[in-house]
Amino acid sequence: MSVKQISVFLENRPGALCELTGVLAENAIDMRAFSLAEASDFGIARIIVDDVYKTTTVLRDKGFVHSVTPVLAAALSDTPGGLNEILQCLSAEGINVEYMYAFLGNTPGKAYMVFRVNDPAAGTAALCRHGIEPLEELNVE
Amino acid sequence: MERYYQPEIETASREQIKAWQDERLVKQVRRVWDNVPYYRKKMEEKGVTPDDIRGTEDLKKLPFLSKADLREAYPYGLMASPLKDCVRIQSTSGTTGKRVVAFYTQHDIDLWEDCCARAITAAGGTNEDVCQVSYGYGLFTGGPGLNGGSHKVGCLTIPTSSGNTERQIMFIRDLNATILCCTPSYAAYIGETMKEMGLTPDQIPLKAGIFGAEAWSEEMRHDIENTLGIKAYDIYGLTELSGPGVAFECSAQSGMHINEDHFIAEVIDPETSEPLPDGQQGELVFTSITKEAFPLLRYRTRDICVLSHEKCSCGRTHVKMSKPRGRTDDMLIIRGVNVFPSQIETVLINQGYPANYQIIVDRVHNTDTLDVQVEMTPEMFTDNMGEITARQKALVDGLRAMLGLSAKVTLVAPKTIVRSEGKAVRVIDKRKI
Repeated sequence: MSVKQISVFLENRPGALCELTGVLAENAIDMRAFSLAEASDFGIARIIVDDVYKTTTVLRDKGFVHSVTPVLAAALSDTPGGLNEILQCLSAEGINVEYMYAFLGNTPGKAYMVFRVNDPAAGTAALCRHGIEPLEELNVE
Repeated sequence: MERYYQPEIETASREQIKAWQDERLVKQVRRVWDNVPYYRKKMEEKGVTPDDIRGTEDLKKLPFLSKADLREAYPYGLMASPLKDCVRIQSTSGTTGKRVVAFYTQHDIDLWEDCCARAITAAGGTNEDVCQVSYGYGLFTGGPGLNGGSHKVGCLTIPTSSGNTERQIMFIRDLNATILCCTPSYAAYIGETMKEMGLTPDQIPLKAGIFGAEAWSEEMRHDIENTLGIKAYDIYGLTELSGPGVAFECSAQSGMHINEDHFIAEVIDPETSEPLPDGQQGELVFTSITKEAFPLLRYRTRDICVLSHEKCSCGRTHVKMSKPRGRTDDMLIIRGVNVFPSQIETVLINQGYPANYQIIVDRVHNTDTLDVQVEMTPEMFTDNMGEITARQKALVDGLRAMLGLSAKVTLVAPKTIVRSEGKAVRVIDKRKI
């Protein structure tokens, strides 16, 4: 059970990010999670949205190079050791985390994380075995 | 079966070709001496008279002409026919300085169109073909030259000129164009647009393309051939000599046959100006022996290439020139190293990048910088940052191996590099020297 993340190529120059958010705003696309990775001359914006099909269509029309990547999303306990617990599950089963980022939800006591792992299916299975249900979509209320 | 437009000329014996050249050269030198004071003065300064020129062996006695001479003699100084006998002018694109204007009599145009007809026939063209000419029409020689050649072959000619790519594609599809003539960079752009429209090579009626007017690599040829599902033939020419059709590729696709019944080719050392033996790389020099209005003797083209007299599988006997590595005026000198844009293009295409690139040269703290901008494509993009930077590094390494100097590679968003409908602008030199 993975969530579809959209990765978008961006030039590293003033206004590049704003062009992306502008397109999303114009099309009333709601972002659930957002993270930015940067190299020296370019960056990759990673977003999770309410409507993947609509977003990829709009991005293609506007000429943004992008790809869709499966990632794991999970709610964890917003207490010391919460993240450690999840990472231990993955580590115990030999699953590698390539990158991860946090996003906001409205449930008190819960923190939300996105994990990009080398094997999403195995990652999902690992979490389930430890009683952590990965989220199917990020409609976090 | 190989087809020729003028078989008796194109497959003539070497002795016959030499006989034509000897006879025509002697006449042409006399004509120029009598009618072009500018060149006569040059000959006098060198102590040469028409009597000294008895055949092609004596060619090396003649003084050279350069682009600087053409500018100095602008506009009428090199004409050998009275204006009343001229019917047309064409002009260079003027990208490397002041425009050059060339004059033509009706006879000159006729011979020029014959040369283009030879090229179209060598690419497989017959009167059954539909030939779309997407070179610019007007002062530029590309459109008018191929247009005339296409008429001579008897192709149904579509004179679209360059630009309006959607309409180009509409005509190719609706009228079943089988031959496309344009610059290689425009062919690549038409191919890219067709691909975006979801067209596969088998849905495109084209079978051959005749592409010239700018330097292009072997890799770019494969790229265009695969995208459009055609055979891509090179054609060479200069406005100063007539236009496209000075030399053209045959089915062997391994160099261009020079139309030696009209042009005598030499290769010289660009530094010492001494003629070089066959097979050695140097600057190409042409003497036009049949032009009436604007006959140039020993014109230095600034194009670097190699001549080969090896027997060609197509049956043509005229000497072949290699694809020019680029004009000496396209050559960049970066940190003392000679760089041709075509070398950079070779590296890019070998590593799977598109032929859309731009080379930005600058000087920062007295050191030249070379920045190669390449567009990111959906095929190359991945969410894995490490993979992208590794590919970028492979490109930097490839460029260092090819050029012998370090370059920066910048990945830019798609469609940010301006597409060309004629000659592509590959280099932006910001150095202020």
